[in-house]
Amino acid sequence: MDGGRAMTAASLHDDAPRAAHGMRTGTSTAGPAPKRIIIAYGFWLFLLSDIVMFSALFATYAVVAKATAGGPTGAELFDPTNVAVETALLLFSSFSCGMMSLAMEARHRTAFHSAAAVTFLLGLGFLVLEMREFAGMIAQGATPQRSAFLSGFFTLVGCHGAHVAVGLLWLVVMVAQVADKGWRTTVLHRLMCFSLFWHALDIIWVALFTIVYLMGGR
Amino acid sequence: MAETDHHAPDGIPHDAVPLDTAPGDSREELLASLKVYIVGLALAILLTATSFWAASTHVLWPPGVPIGLAVLAVAQMGVHLVFFLHITTGPDNTNNVLALAFGVLIVFLVVAGSLWIMANISANMMPLEMMDLHHQH
Repeated sequence: MDGGRAMTAASLHDDAPRAAHGMRTGTSTAGPAPKRIIIAYGFWLFLLSDIVMFSALFATYAVVAKATAGGPTGAELFDPTNVAVETALLLFSSFSCGMMSLAMEARHRTAFHSAAAVTFLLGLGFLVLEMREFAGMIAQGATPQRSAFLSGFFTLVGCHGAHVAVGLLWLVVMVAQVADKGWRTTVLHRLMCFSLFWHALDIIWVALFTIVYLMGGR
Repeated sequence: MAETDHHAPDGIPHDAVPLDTAPGDSREELLASLKVYIVGLALAILLTATSFWAASTHVLWPPGVPIGLAVLAVAQMGVHLVFFLHITTGPDNTNNVLALAFGVLIVFLVVAGSLWIMANISANMMPLEMMDLHHQH
Protein backbone atom coordinates (compact mmCIF):
# COMPACT_ATOMS: atom_id res chain seq x y z
CA MET A 1 0.00 0.00 0.00
CA ASP A 2 2.74 2.40 1.03
CA GLY A 3 4.78 1.31 -1.93
CA GLY A 4 1.93 2.22 -4.25
CA ARG A 5 1.60 5.65 -2.71
CA ALA A 6 5.34 6.24 -2.96
CA MET A 7 5.28 5.32 -6.63
CA THR A 8 2.42 7.69 -7.31
CA ALA A 9 4.30 10.47 -5.59
CA ALA A 10 7.34 9.73 -7.68
CA SER A 11 5.45 9.75 -10.96
CA LEU A 12 3.61 12.91 -10.02
CA HIS A 13 6.51 15.04 -8.85
CA ASP A 14 9.60 13.62 -10.51
CA ASP A 15 9.78 14.10 -14.27
CA ALA A 16 13.24 12.60 -14.66
CA PRO A 17 12.31 8.97 -15.62
CA ARG A 18 9.79 10.10 -18.17
CA ALA A 19 12.08 12.71 -19.65
CA ALA A 20 14.75 10.04 -20.07
CA HIS A 21 12.40 7.94 -22.21
CA GLY A 22 11.13 10.97 -24.05
CA MET A 23 7.54 10.09 -23.15
CA ARG A 24 5.98 13.01 -21.39
CA THR A 25 2.41 12.74 -22.62
CA GLY A 26 -0.30 11.67 -20.22
CA THR A 27 -1.33 8.45 -21.93
CA SER A 28 2.11 6.89 -22.36
CA THR A 29 2.91 7.15 -18.65
CA ALA A 30 -0.23 5.17 -17.87
CA GLY A 31 1.39 2.02 -19.23
CA PRO A 32 -0.13 -0.22 -21.91
CA ALA A 33 -3.80 0.29 -22.77
CA PRO A 34 -6.32 -2.15 -21.26
CA LYS A 35 -6.63 -5.41 -23.21
CA ARG A 36 -10.20 -4.56 -24.19
CA ILE A 37 -9.01 -1.39 -25.98
CA ILE A 38 -6.19 -3.26 -27.76
CA ILE A 39 -8.53 -6.03 -28.95
CA ALA A 40 -11.12 -3.56 -30.25
CA TYR A 41 -8.39 -1.61 -32.05
CA GLY A 42 -6.97 -4.74 -33.67
CA PHE A 43 -10.43 -5.80 -34.79
CA TRP A 44 -11.09 -2.28 -36.11
CA LEU A 45 -7.94 -2.61 -38.26
CA PHE A 46 -9.23 -5.96 -39.57
CA LEU A 47 -12.59 -4.39 -40.42
CA LEU A 48 -10.88 -1.54 -42.27
CA SER A 49 -8.84 -4.05 -44.30
CA ASP A 50 -12.07 -5.90 -45.06
CA ILE A 51 -13.53 -2.59 -46.27
CA VAL A 52 -10.45 -2.09 -48.48
CA MET A 53 -11.10 -5.54 -49.97
CA PHE A 54 -14.72 -4.53 -50.65
CA SER A 55 -13.47 -1.32 -52.29
CA ALA A 56 -11.65 -3.47 -54.87
CA LEU A 57 -14.90 -5.35 -55.56
CA PHE A 58 -16.77 -2.02 -55.79
CA ALA A 59 -14.15 -0.71 -58.25
CA THR A 60 -14.50 -3.87 -60.37
CA TYR A 61 -18.27 -3.56 -60.37
CA ALA A 62 -18.13 0.14 -61.31
CA VAL A 63 -15.82 -0.63 -64.24
CA VAL A 64 -18.00 -3.44 -65.65
CA ALA A 65 -21.43 -2.04 -64.65
CA LYS A 66 -22.34 -1.07 -68.25
CA ALA A 67 -20.82 -4.18 -69.86
CA THR A 68 -24.05 -6.17 -70.13
CA ALA A 69 -23.05 -7.93 -73.38
CA GLY A 70 -26.62 -7.67 -74.68
CA GLY A 71 -27.92 -9.39 -71.54
CA PRO A 72 -30.29 -8.02 -68.89
CA THR A 73 -29.44 -4.69 -67.24
CA GLY A 74 -29.75 -3.73 -63.60
CA ALA A 75 -32.89 -1.68 -64.29
CA GLU A 76 -34.56 -4.82 -65.70
CA LEU A 77 -33.43 -7.15 -62.91
CA PHE A 78 -33.61 -5.19 -59.65
CA ASP A 79 -36.78 -4.95 -57.57
CA PRO A 80 -36.68 -1.73 -55.50
CA THR A 81 -39.23 -3.03 -52.96
CA ASN A 82 -37.14 -6.12 -52.26
CA VAL A 83 -34.04 -3.97 -51.77
CA ALA A 84 -35.92 -1.57 -49.47
CA VAL A 85 -37.08 -4.49 -47.28
CA GLU A 86 -33.55 -5.96 -47.20
CA THR A 87 -32.17 -2.55 -46.19
CA ALA A 88 -34.75 -2.17 -43.41
CA LEU A 89 -34.03 -5.69 -42.09
CA LEU A 90 -30.29 -5.09 -41.94
CA LEU A 91 -30.67 -1.62 -40.37
CA PHE A 92 -32.98 -2.88 -37.62
CA SER A 93 -30.73 -5.87 -37.02
CA SER A 94 -27.83 -3.42 -36.56
CA PHE A 95 -29.95 -1.54 -34.02
CA SER A 96 -30.90 -4.70 -32.13
CA CYS A 97 -27.21 -5.65 -32.14
CA GLY A 98 -26.65 -2.35 -30.31
CA MET A 99 -29.36 -3.38 -27.83
CA MET A 100 -27.47 -6.65 -27.41
CA SER A 101 -24.31 -4.74 -26.45
CA LEU A 102 -26.29 -2.69 -23.92
CA ALA A 103 -27.80 -5.86 -22.42
CA MET A 104 -24.28 -7.25 -22.20
CA GLU A 105 -23.08 -4.13 -20.37
CA ALA A 106 -26.00 -4.48 -17.95
CA ARG A 107 -25.24 -8.23 -17.62
CA HIS A 108 -28.92 -8.86 -18.31
CA ARG A 109 -29.31 -12.36 -19.75
CA THR A 110 -32.97 -12.25 -20.79
CA ALA A 111 -32.54 -8.94 -22.62
CA PHE A 112 -29.33 -10.24 -24.19
CA HIS A 113 -30.92 -13.41 -25.49
CA SER A 114 -34.01 -11.66 -26.88
CA ALA A 115 -31.87 -8.98 -28.59
CA ALA A 116 -29.63 -11.71 -30.02
CA ALA A 117 -32.68 -13.62 -31.29
CA VAL A 118 -34.09 -10.48 -32.96
CA THR A 119 -30.68 -9.71 -34.52
CA PHE A 120 -30.40 -13.28 -35.82
CA LEU A 121 -33.93 -13.39 -37.28
CA LEU A 122 -33.56 -10.00 -39.02
CA GLY A 123 -30.17 -11.02 -40.43
CA LEU A 124 -31.59 -14.36 -41.56
CA GLY A 125 -34.53 -12.56 -43.19
CA PHE A 126 -32.06 -10.38 -45.10
CA LEU A 127 -30.15 -13.43 -46.28
CA VAL A 128 -33.32 -15.28 -47.34
CA LEU A 129 -34.50 -12.29 -49.41
CA GLU A 130 -31.08 -11.99 -51.04
CA MET A 131 -30.94 -15.70 -51.89
CA ARG A 132 -34.47 -15.50 -53.33
CA GLU A 133 -33.37 -12.55 -55.47
CA PHE A 134 -30.31 -14.48 -56.70
CA ALA A 135 -32.41 -17.59 -57.44
CA GLY A 136 -34.93 -15.48 -59.38
CA MET A 137 -32.19 -13.88 -61.45
CA ILE A 138 -30.54 -17.22 -62.22
CA ALA A 139 -33.92 -18.68 -63.22
CA GLN A 140 -34.22 -15.85 -65.79
CA GLY A 141 -30.83 -16.76 -67.23
CA ALA A 142 -29.07 -13.83 -65.50
CA THR A 143 -26.23 -15.99 -64.20
CA PRO A 144 -22.72 -14.75 -63.35
CA GLN A 145 -21.53 -16.20 -66.67
CA ARG A 146 -23.99 -14.12 -68.73
CA SER A 147 -22.07 -10.81 -68.75
CA ALA A 148 -19.25 -8.89 -67.05
CA PHE A 149 -21.90 -6.80 -65.28
CA LEU A 150 -23.49 -9.92 -63.75
CA SER A 151 -20.08 -11.38 -62.77
CA GLY A 152 -19.29 -8.14 -60.94
CA PHE A 153 -22.75 -8.01 -59.37
CA PHE A 154 -22.70 -11.56 -58.00
CA THR A 155 -19.13 -11.20 -56.72
CA LEU A 156 -19.80 -7.95 -54.87
CA VAL A 157 -23.28 -8.67 -53.49
CA GLY A 158 -22.46 -12.34 -52.88
CA CYS A 159 -19.35 -11.40 -50.89
CA HIS A 160 -21.45 -9.17 -48.64
CA GLY A 161 -24.02 -11.95 -48.29
CA ALA A 162 -21.26 -14.40 -47.33
CA HIS A 163 -20.14 -11.98 -44.63
CA VAL A 164 -23.71 -11.82 -43.28
CA ALA A 165 -23.88 -15.63 -43.26
CA VAL A 166 -20.59 -15.85 -41.33
CA GLY A 167 -21.89 -13.18 -38.94
CA LEU A 168 -25.03 -15.23 -38.26
CA LEU A 169 -22.92 -18.30 -37.48
CA TRP A 170 -20.71 -16.21 -35.19
CA LEU A 171 -23.80 -14.86 -33.41
CA VAL A 172 -25.05 -18.40 -32.71
CA VAL A 173 -21.63 -19.33 -31.31
CA MET A 174 -21.61 -16.23 -29.08
CA VAL A 175 -25.09 -16.95 -27.68
CA ALA A 176 -23.95 -20.49 -26.91
CA GLN A 177 -20.80 -19.17 -25.21
CA VAL A 178 -22.79 -16.75 -23.03
CA ALA A 179 -25.14 -19.60 -22.08
CA ASP A 180 -22.23 -21.94 -21.35
CA LYS A 181 -19.47 -19.71 -19.91
CA GLY A 182 -21.43 -16.68 -18.71
CA TRP A 183 -20.03 -13.14 -18.73
CA ARG A 184 -16.38 -14.17 -18.86
CA THR A 185 -13.91 -11.48 -20.00
CA THR A 186 -12.96 -13.38 -23.16
CA VAL A 187 -16.64 -13.80 -24.04
CA LEU A 188 -17.24 -10.07 -23.51
CA HIS A 189 -14.32 -9.25 -25.81
CA ARG A 190 -15.68 -11.56 -28.54
CA LEU A 191 -19.13 -10.03 -28.22
CA MET A 192 -17.63 -6.56 -28.62
CA CYS A 193 -15.84 -7.69 -31.81
CA PHE A 194 -19.05 -9.28 -33.11
CA SER A 195 -21.03 -6.05 -32.69
CA LEU A 196 -18.28 -4.08 -34.50
CA PHE A 197 -18.41 -6.66 -37.33
CA TRP A 198 -22.20 -6.50 -37.61
CA HIS A 199 -22.29 -2.69 -37.68
CA ALA A 200 -19.51 -2.63 -40.31
CA LEU A 201 -21.55 -4.98 -42.54
CA ASP A 202 -24.40 -2.47 -42.44
CA ILE A 203 -22.00 0.33 -43.49
CA ILE A 204 -20.92 -1.75 -46.50
CA TRP A 205 -24.58 -2.41 -47.33
CA VAL A 206 -25.25 1.37 -47.40
CA ALA A 207 -22.59 1.78 -50.11
CA LEU A 208 -23.89 -1.36 -51.83
CA PHE A 209 -27.58 -0.46 -52.08
CA THR A 210 -26.71 3.09 -53.18
CA ILE A 211 -24.22 2.17 -55.91
CA VAL A 212 -25.57 -1.17 -57.15
CA TYR A 213 -29.33 -0.93 -56.68
CA LEU A 214 -30.29 2.76 -56.56
CA MET A 215 -27.78 4.12 -59.10
CA GLY A 216 -27.72 0.92 -61.20
CA GLY A 217 -31.49 0.44 -61.18
CA ARG A 218 -32.24 3.74 -62.90
CA MET B 1 -7.49 3.92 -0.54
CA ALA B 2 -4.00 3.57 -1.86
CA GLU B 3 -5.44 1.74 -4.86
CA THR B 4 -7.70 4.63 -5.88
CA ASP B 5 -4.92 7.14 -5.24
CA HIS B 6 -2.74 5.18 -7.59
CA HIS B 7 -5.27 4.91 -10.40
CA ALA B 8 -6.76 8.40 -10.52
CA PRO B 9 -3.76 10.39 -11.85
CA ASP B 10 -2.90 7.70 -14.37
CA GLY B 11 -6.07 8.53 -16.25
CA ILE B 12 -7.10 4.89 -16.75
CA PRO B 13 -10.37 4.97 -18.70
CA HIS B 14 -13.57 4.42 -16.83
CA ASP B 15 -14.35 1.19 -18.65
CA ALA B 16 -11.29 -0.49 -17.16
CA VAL B 17 -13.22 -0.92 -13.89
CA PRO B 18 -16.71 -1.99 -14.98
CA LEU B 19 -17.75 -3.99 -11.96
CA ASP B 20 -17.45 -1.47 -9.12
CA THR B 21 -19.66 1.33 -10.37
CA ALA B 22 -22.80 2.13 -8.46
CA PRO B 23 -25.99 0.63 -9.90
CA GLY B 24 -27.48 4.10 -10.39
CA ASP B 25 -24.45 5.28 -12.37
CA SER B 26 -24.47 2.33 -14.70
CA ARG B 27 -28.20 2.71 -15.30
CA GLU B 28 -27.82 6.35 -16.28
CA GLU B 29 -24.99 5.36 -18.60
CA LEU B 30 -27.12 2.66 -20.22
CA LEU B 31 -29.97 5.09 -20.82
CA ALA B 32 -27.56 7.58 -22.39
CA SER B 33 -26.17 4.83 -24.68
CA LEU B 34 -29.71 3.74 -25.57
CA LYS B 35 -30.48 7.33 -26.57
CA VAL B 36 -27.42 7.38 -28.85
CA TYR B 37 -28.59 4.19 -30.63
CA ILE B 38 -32.14 5.52 -31.03
CA VAL B 39 -30.93 8.86 -32.48
CA GLY B 40 -28.65 6.91 -34.85
CA LEU B 41 -31.49 4.65 -35.95
CA ALA B 42 -33.81 7.63 -36.57
CA LEU B 43 -31.16 9.44 -38.65
CA ALA B 44 -30.35 6.27 -40.60
CA ILE B 45 -34.05 5.65 -41.38
CA LEU B 46 -34.44 9.27 -42.51
CA LEU B 47 -31.39 9.12 -44.81
CA THR B 48 -32.30 5.69 -46.24
CA ALA B 49 -35.88 6.77 -46.93
CA THR B 50 -34.62 9.93 -48.66
CA SER B 51 -32.24 7.84 -50.81
CA PHE B 52 -34.97 5.45 -51.95
CA TRP B 53 -37.35 8.36 -52.61
CA ALA B 54 -34.72 10.29 -54.61
CA ALA B 55 -33.94 7.22 -56.73
CA SER B 56 -37.58 6.54 -57.65
CA THR B 57 -39.11 10.01 -57.98
CA HIS B 58 -39.41 11.99 -61.22
CA VAL B 59 -39.58 15.35 -59.45
CA LEU B 60 -35.82 15.79 -59.28
CA TRP B 61 -33.44 16.80 -62.07
CA PRO B 62 -32.18 13.35 -63.23
CA PRO B 63 -28.44 14.14 -63.76
CA GLY B 64 -28.20 15.46 -60.19
CA VAL B 65 -29.69 12.37 -58.54
CA PRO B 66 -26.50 10.20 -58.43
CA ILE B 67 -24.59 13.02 -56.71
CA GLY B 68 -27.42 13.41 -54.19
CA LEU B 69 -27.45 9.64 -53.59
CA ALA B 70 -23.68 9.65 -53.01
CA VAL B 71 -23.98 12.48 -50.51
CA LEU B 72 -26.80 10.69 -48.66
CA ALA B 73 -24.79 7.44 -48.56
CA VAL B 74 -21.69 9.16 -47.17
CA ALA B 75 -23.85 10.91 -44.58
CA GLN B 76 -25.43 7.61 -43.54
CA MET B 77 -22.05 5.89 -43.26
CA GLY B 78 -21.01 8.77 -41.00
CA VAL B 79 -24.14 8.27 -38.88
CA HIS B 80 -23.36 4.54 -38.54
CA LEU B 81 -19.75 5.26 -37.60
CA VAL B 82 -20.62 7.82 -34.95
CA PHE B 83 -23.82 6.40 -33.43
CA PHE B 84 -23.30 2.63 -33.83
CA LEU B 85 -19.52 2.16 -33.91
CA HIS B 86 -18.89 5.13 -31.56
CA ILE B 87 -16.02 6.53 -33.64
CA THR B 88 -15.85 10.12 -32.44
CA THR B 89 -13.37 13.00 -32.56
CA GLY B 90 -12.65 12.68 -28.83
CA PRO B 91 -9.03 12.47 -27.63
CA ASP B 92 -9.52 8.80 -26.62
CA ASN B 93 -10.43 7.99 -30.22
CA THR B 94 -7.36 9.37 -32.03
CA ASN B 95 -5.97 5.96 -33.03
CA ASN B 96 -9.33 4.74 -34.32
CA VAL B 97 -9.87 7.90 -36.38
CA LEU B 98 -6.34 7.77 -37.82
CA ALA B 99 -6.83 4.13 -38.83
CA LEU B 100 -10.18 5.06 -40.40
CA ALA B 101 -8.58 7.98 -42.28
CA PHE B 102 -5.91 5.65 -43.67
CA GLY B 103 -8.58 3.12 -44.67
CA VAL B 104 -10.59 5.81 -46.44
CA LEU B 105 -7.44 6.95 -48.29
CA ILE B 106 -6.77 3.41 -49.57
CA VAL B 107 -10.43 2.95 -50.55
CA PHE B 108 -10.31 6.24 -52.46
CA LEU B 109 -7.06 5.30 -54.25
CA VAL B 110 -8.36 1.85 -55.23
CA VAL B 111 -11.75 3.03 -56.48
CA ALA B 112 -10.77 6.32 -58.14
CA GLY B 113 -7.54 4.84 -59.53
CA SER B 114 -9.30 1.82 -61.06
CA LEU B 115 -12.03 3.95 -62.63
CA TRP B 116 -9.50 6.45 -64.00
CA ILE B 117 -7.18 3.83 -65.52
CA MET B 118 -9.99 1.73 -66.97
CA ALA B 119 -11.75 4.78 -68.48
CA ASN B 120 -8.43 5.80 -70.05
CA ILE B 121 -7.80 2.34 -71.50
CA SER B 122 -11.35 2.22 -72.82
CA ALA B 123 -10.98 5.65 -74.48
CA ASN B 124 -7.69 4.63 -76.12
CA MET B 125 -9.00 1.30 -77.43
CA MET B 126 -9.23 0.98 -81.17
CA PRO B 127 -12.92 0.80 -82.17
CA LEU B 128 -14.03 -2.58 -83.55
CA GLU B 129 -14.71 -1.25 -87.10
CA MET B 130 -11.22 0.19 -87.31
CA MET B 131 -9.77 -3.12 -86.16
CA ASP B 132 -11.51 -4.80 -89.13
CA LEU B 133 -10.07 -2.19 -91.54
CA HIS B 134 -6.65 -2.84 -90.06
CA HIS B 135 -6.91 -6.51 -90.90
CA GLN B 136 -7.94 -5.87 -94.51
CA HIS B 137 -4.83 -3.82 -95.31
